Amino acid sequence: MGVFPWVTWFAFRRHTAYPLGSAAEALTNTVFGFIRASVLIGLWRARPHLGGYDQADAVTFCFLTQALIGPVQIFGGMELTQRIRSGDVAIDLYRPAGLQGWWLADDLGRAAGSLALRGGPPMVAGALVFPFHWPGPGGLAAFAAALALGVLVSFGLRYLMALAVFWLHDDRGLNAVALVMSLFFSGMIVPLVAFPGTLGTVARALPWAAQIQVPADVFLGKHSGAGLAGALAFQAMWAAALIGAGHLLTRAARRRLVIHGG
Amino acid sequence: MYALLAWTWTRAAAQYPVSMLLLSLATAVVGALDAVGIMLLFAHTPRIAGFTAAEVLFLYGTSALAFGISDILLGGAERLGQHVREGTLDALLVRPVSPLVQIATEDFSPRRFGKLLPAALVLGLALPRLDAPWTAGRVAMVPLMVACGTVIFAGLWVLAASLQFVLVDSHGATKSLTYGGAFLTQYPLTLFARDFVRGVTFAVPLAFVNWQPSLYVLDRPDPLGLPDAARFAAPAVAAVVCAVAAVAWRTGLRHYRSTGS
Amino acid sequence: MGRSGTPPAMIEAVDVAKSFTLRRRAGRGPRRVRTTLSAVDGVSFTVGRGEFVGYLGPNGAGKSTTIKMLTGILTPSSGTLRVCGMDPSRERTALARRIGVVFGQRTTLWWDLPLRDSLTLIRRLYRVEASAHRRRLAELTALLELEPFLDTPVRQLSLGQRMRGDLAAALLHGPELLVLDEPTIGLDVVSKATVRGFLERLNAERGTTILLTTHDLGDIERLCRRVLIVDHGRLAFDGDLARLRQAVAADRMLVVELARPGPPVELDGIEVVRTEGPRQWLRLPRAANAAAVVAGLAERYEISDIALREADIEEVLAGLYRGDHAYTPTPP
Repeated sequence: MGVFPWVTWFAFRRHTAYPLGSAAEALTNTVFGFIRASVLIGLWRARPHLGGYDQADAVTFCFLTQALIGPVQIFGGMELTQRIRSGDVAIDLYRPAGLQGWWLADDLGRAAGSLALRGGPPMVAGALVFPFHWPGPGGLAAFAAALALGVLVSFGLRYLMALAVFWLHDDRGLNAVALVMSLFFSGMIVPLVAFPGTLGTVARALPWAAQIQVPADVFLGKHSGAGLAGALAFQAMWAAALIGAGHLLTRAARRRLVIHGG
Repeated sequence: MYALLAWTWTRAAAQYPVSMLLLSLATAVVGALDAVGIMLLFAHTPRIAGFTAAEVLFLYGTSALAFGISDILLGGAERLGQHVREGTLDALLVRPVSPLVQIATEDFSPRRFGKLLPAALVLGLALPRLDAPWTAGRVAMVPLMVACGTVIFAGLWVLAASLQFVLVDSHGATKSLTYGGAFLTQYPLTLFARDFVRGVTFAVPLAFVNWQPSLYVLDRPDPLGLPDAARFAAPAVAAVVCAVAAVAWRTGLRHYRSTGS
Repeated sequence: MGRSGTPPAMIEAVDVAKSFTLRRRAGRGPRRVRTTLSAVDGVSFTVGRGEFVGYLGPNGAGKSTTIKMLTGILTPSSGTLRVCGMDPSRERTALARRIGVVFGQRTTLWWDLPLRDSLTLIRRLYRVEASAHRRRLAELTALLELEPFLDTPVRQLSLGQRMRGDLAAALLHGPELLVLDEPTIGLDVVSKATVRGFLERLNAERGTTILLTTHDLGDIERLCRRVLIVDHGRLAFDGDLARLRQAVAADRMLVVELARPGPPVELDGIEVVRTEGPRQWLRLPRAANAAAVVAGLAERYEISDIALREADIEEVLAGLYRGDHAYTPTPP
């Protein structure tokens, strides 16, 4: 067995080591879920079938996306950034395991840990208070696949952002832009189904849609048969493109490190 | 003292003016997202929970302005738990200035003002579009509610920080109080369940940040049926929140100094 | 407690104690038990104006807790404490203006700011007058050789540079008492020498009272005229180094160089602890008469050189910490 499963396992352990801190985060995720859900109910009362969602769909979407904030790390960031800034990344690059594979393994462990500790509370709390839309076993399996692909897309995006630190002295501006794109185009502010006209069409084609909106649609059973396959293929396409770009950028970063000494 | 420290930090940040300008803009855009969200909602319907787009944007503007100013003044206090965990609070305690002032001014940068830009802009655009029976009192209420809202949020920042003296890992949860409060007050409380509205009126008095004063400005009935005096209670509520926050801070600091955390 | 005829003491500690309540999980399950940990258990000492005192003890002995109480960061559980005539925990901010504190393990400077800006912030915090600030900054810059890295962000400084910056930051407001928690930890030989030289001058020329904790025995031998040793939260020794050596009755070491390599020498009452070619190390109990031992050796062996060494301070302390030597503290 290679080293990567161990990296994943240790990352999982690390991210489940402080259950109190995670519980605190989950509480805030839940509170925001309630506020967002109430707002969306207000809108769906005025427009009952907006974007093909009914009110239960809208509420479920809300709490599901709150539950996914942690696993998909919608606010961005990766520990790798710190290691690049401090120069510790040189150690990572000279390991016999690939940098990207290592951090992907690490990120999967992180996502799993976050899902385990922060995924439950918003969903349970939401389901207790509001009418909710649960998928069947088949839907759940499809959702698991969509979520895994969503995490891969999220990793692909954040890995590119992290590597940019090799070239940028101050990455805070880039991070801010990334945050805006991520929050807005993933459907966290308003579900993408409620985006009007062309804006909606564009938003649904961007990689951020593959992080949250697509998994949520799969959870709500909005896709079936060929539609489902198409949705998953859309996610897989973005994941492959972003991770491929990350691979090329890793090679460039390694060259830069060798030539410029960091 | 606060101003002196803030100014010194600002000068340090100003050594990279381009970066600072870009960051201010980025902060402004992040702050504007909520307003864009509200406008997207109103692309589908003229009224939500009985309120028009201009009215909700008025709520957004007053809330975001109050929260933005309080964030500039005291937002840094949310890092208290981190200082306790890393032991850096000790270094602040050996200096002759309140650790609250030191933490709040730490890394003070004009980019924090970026948040005020969308808030002020939206408020400026929403005000003339309001269908309010403007009187001198109503006009005066607008700046007054922003001021009181600022003080209430400032109290909440300090309360949230005080909690971290005792529960070091509670930062994630105290964000419900601060950021959650800021998010909530951007919307009319008619959207929310009645018990929830009672909670944010009597327990955590977020309703006095802008909701109660807005009922007066917009001349709307109170869904909870509180007496009219509630609409003018914001200054008193702000004073109470500050008093509670001050006691909490002192208690928290004493707890730290007797346990060393 | 204060010595008669001298000005009021800088630090007066009488029966100072600090205990912490710990909640620990008892076995499995969520049940927690409270245990009380006594970090400092009734410590009394006085430090006079202008003294240079080393505060020693093994890890976990209560050194840092004492420092935190002296500086007002922690409130003592019992006992009375006066620093510069003030109660540190009650008058923390007033005291802060009169003392300087350096934590060797972590900086009090701001990570992202150039050193110069950090020092400007310090000036603001302590409300130091601009002219006084300029004068002291120039002085400290020269003494600590800060000039080359004044404009470098603190996070890019080497440990030695950072420590010099921290020292400057702690002294900008001209404190009467300087408290240092492991100031030389992790420093290289040159940086250590700079810091030690600086502290020595500060104490001698300015009369600044200095209290430092350290694990570096070089610090103690070079700097501290007086040593306080805490162990298990109690004061185990208070006196100067010579007395410390005497008090713990540490063994001396006789290094003998034989004319040619051979088996360990044999003589009553001594023990060979090490051999290296013709050289042998002999442990000499404190009670043994060194002259008699040397004479006895010379009778039996051909010796080309001989040296008597006082016990290393390191061994003295190791023995004391381990509890090898029965020792009861004597009043100073």
